[in-house]
Amino acid sequence: MLEITGLHASVGGKEILRGVDLSVNAGEVHAIMGPNGSGKSTLAGILAGRPEYNVTGGTVRYLDQDLLELEPEDRARKGVFLAFQYPVEIPGVNNVYLLKAAFNELRKHRGEPELDAMDFMTLVRKQLQVLKMNAELLNRPVNDGFSGGEKKRNEIFQMAVLEPKLAILDETDSGLDIDALKMVANGVNALRHPERSMVIITHYQRLLNYIVPDFVHVLSNGRIVRSGDKDLALELEEKGYGWIEGVAAEVGA
Amino acid sequence: MTAATTPTPIPTPTLDAYQADFERVQAAAPAALQTLRQNAMGHFTRLGFPTTRMEEWRFTSVEPIARRPFALGGPADVTSDQIAPFLFPGLSDSRLVFVNGRYAPALSAIQALPPRVEVRNLAELLTGGLDGVESYLGRLAAFEDQPFSALNTAFLQDGALIRIGDDVVLDHPIHTLFVSTAPGSAVVTHPRMLVVVGRNSSVGLVESYAGVRDAPYFTNAVTELDVGENSVVDHCKILRESLEAYHVASLQIRLARSAVVTSHSITLGGALVRNDVGAVLAGDGAECTLNGLYVAGGRQLVDNHTTIDHVSPHCDSHELYKGILDGEAKAVFNGKIIVRLDAQKTDAKQSNKTLLLSERAQVNTKPQLEIFADDVKCTHGATVGQLDEDAMFYLRARGLSREQARRMLIHAFATDVLQRITREPIKPRLDTALLERLPAADQGSRSA
Repeated sequence: MLEITGLHASVGGKEILRGVDLSVNAGEVHAIMGPNGSGKSTLAGILAGRPEYNVTGGTVRYLDQDLLELEPEDRARKGVFLAFQYPVEIPGVNNVYLLKAAFNELRKHRGEPELDAMDFMTLVRKQLQVLKMNAELLNRPVNDGFSGGEKKRNEIFQMAVLEPKLAILDETDSGLDIDALKMVANGVNALRHPERSMVIITHYQRLLNYIVPDFVHVLSNGRIVRSGDKDLALELEEKGYGWIEGVAAEVGA
Repeated sequence: MTAATTPTPIPTPTLDAYQADFERVQAAAPAALQTLRQNAMGHFTRLGFPTTRMEEWRFTSVEPIARRPFALGGPADVTSDQIAPFLFPGLSDSRLVFVNGRYAPALSAIQALPPRVEVRNLAELLTGGLDGVESYLGRLAAFEDQPFSALNTAFLQDGALIRIGDDVVLDHPIHTLFVSTAPGSAVVTHPRMLVVVGRNSSVGLVESYAGVRDAPYFTNAVTELDVGENSVVDHCKILRESLEAYHVASLQIRLARSAVVTSHSITLGGALVRNDVGAVLAGDGAECTLNGLYVAGGRQLVDNHTTIDHVSPHCDSHELYKGILDGEAKAVFNGKIIVRLDAQKTDAKQSNKTLLLSERAQVNTKPQLEIFADDVKCTHGATVGQLDEDAMFYLRARGLSREQARRMLIHAFATDVLQRITREPIKPRLDTALLERLPAADQGSRSA
């Protein structure tokens, strides 16, 4: 599904990613952990096509295409979804209006007819129930005046409606109380599917108590310095990121 | 607003054209009006056109208007199909339509009105005398130091007269539409509106300006709105002039005790537009809201000058003006708030926000607060920005094209003002008109 090879990238002239290799197969859930500044969010941004990030080397293949060649909207239309670490507030744009526009763009791209407002609302209501979300959020402006938890739930809600092939969650768990965290985890678990892959970027091991990943990778100083199964996350929790920085120094040497 | 100390000579051909037209219409004018008009013409010739050396006109040169000898607009054929785009289906309004400044009964429709409501054209009234309008006409829109108002008054011959008595609630707004059409020569029209509302009444007004041909012409409008005690007036000015038109307008409002006026100004057309809005909060507890939205591209210039004069205590004023500028468009916003010595407990809020879609578009925004009372709340703010790149990326990351995302964000910026227009049939129509006017991405836009 996703094949990242030797990815180097810089932001504002500063090198952030220094050779990331990652292979994600269909149906797999990968967790990427790492300390602040390790390059987690840069990696997520590059996969989604954030314009201010410069790829300076390496390749990213997605469903046998060069992902980096594609505009952000084309990536989305081909099934890439980024749950933003900081969802953007857009006053004046109705939440459900955006979602319907996005949903129908994706359908158009797949050669399917657009859903009318009635059918779309039926689908939206179903997902609201699954995620136990308040319907009132639908008619508010996108993320405007939402609490931190509401914003993150809204990202998961969008993901549930848009049904991506590759979902990238950028620190969706950060700053959530336990109820919101469980809701996010339930949403993610409900979407697990043999045809759908997920890359879950997180700073904390806590989320992985609720979403059991197939693989855990540790990113440090722009490289994946260790990969393993869910136990790696526990080890990391126990020993702290200081331990990993030591490992990173060794790898870098 | 001090009178110009040095009169600006009016270019001879221009003055000759106005003089000739003035003498022609003056001879035919009802006697009741002749003195007022003569007086106004005197002030106009004395004042001349404003120049950019005057503070009130610093950023707006009316030279294109001054140098052109416009001919006074005459009768012209306009069909109902031509005005249809400027009407609001479903508004079930009483409608007064004026073509080149003259009342067009065939295009108008006045519904059965409740008692104590008078909706008619001024020319019809004035042939029979002044009938009480003399206490208002030229009083709210004083012209002694306002050359354009003086010019309008000098040529006062027709317009809309709306008089609402006490305790009247009108369910449907009254629509006045001033259409200009200039086959051949460039014409000038001087639309005039006088609205007098009594006590405890409620009325909606829609004041539209439109051009049915893309040709240069000049609209020089004056509207006077006198609102009595405890009455509520909801006013909306919609400017959809031709993109080659010059439009100068003055709206002067007086609010009595506990009167509530909301006035929206939506500018979607015109090559050069100057909107002056003045509101005098003359009685205790009056409340005035002035909102504006302007969309300009190419080399359009839109200048909004507002003056809110808090004369009495416990009055509120709210002001939100938003502009969307593309190409080499220029906008000016000048918001003056005067709080007089007696106007304690004033609460005045003002905000001007501009969205610049091109590097060459520009805005000059200035709040001007003159506060003489000591127990007041006055806030003002101005922002100028581009489209939010983070929001652009967010929308594109959800699958929207750059163009879709851009339109969605521009529309979102504008919708803030449009949403405040509560008259339901107007909003969707304006929304469509706005979307048509939104600049396309390839028109000198910033890249996302």
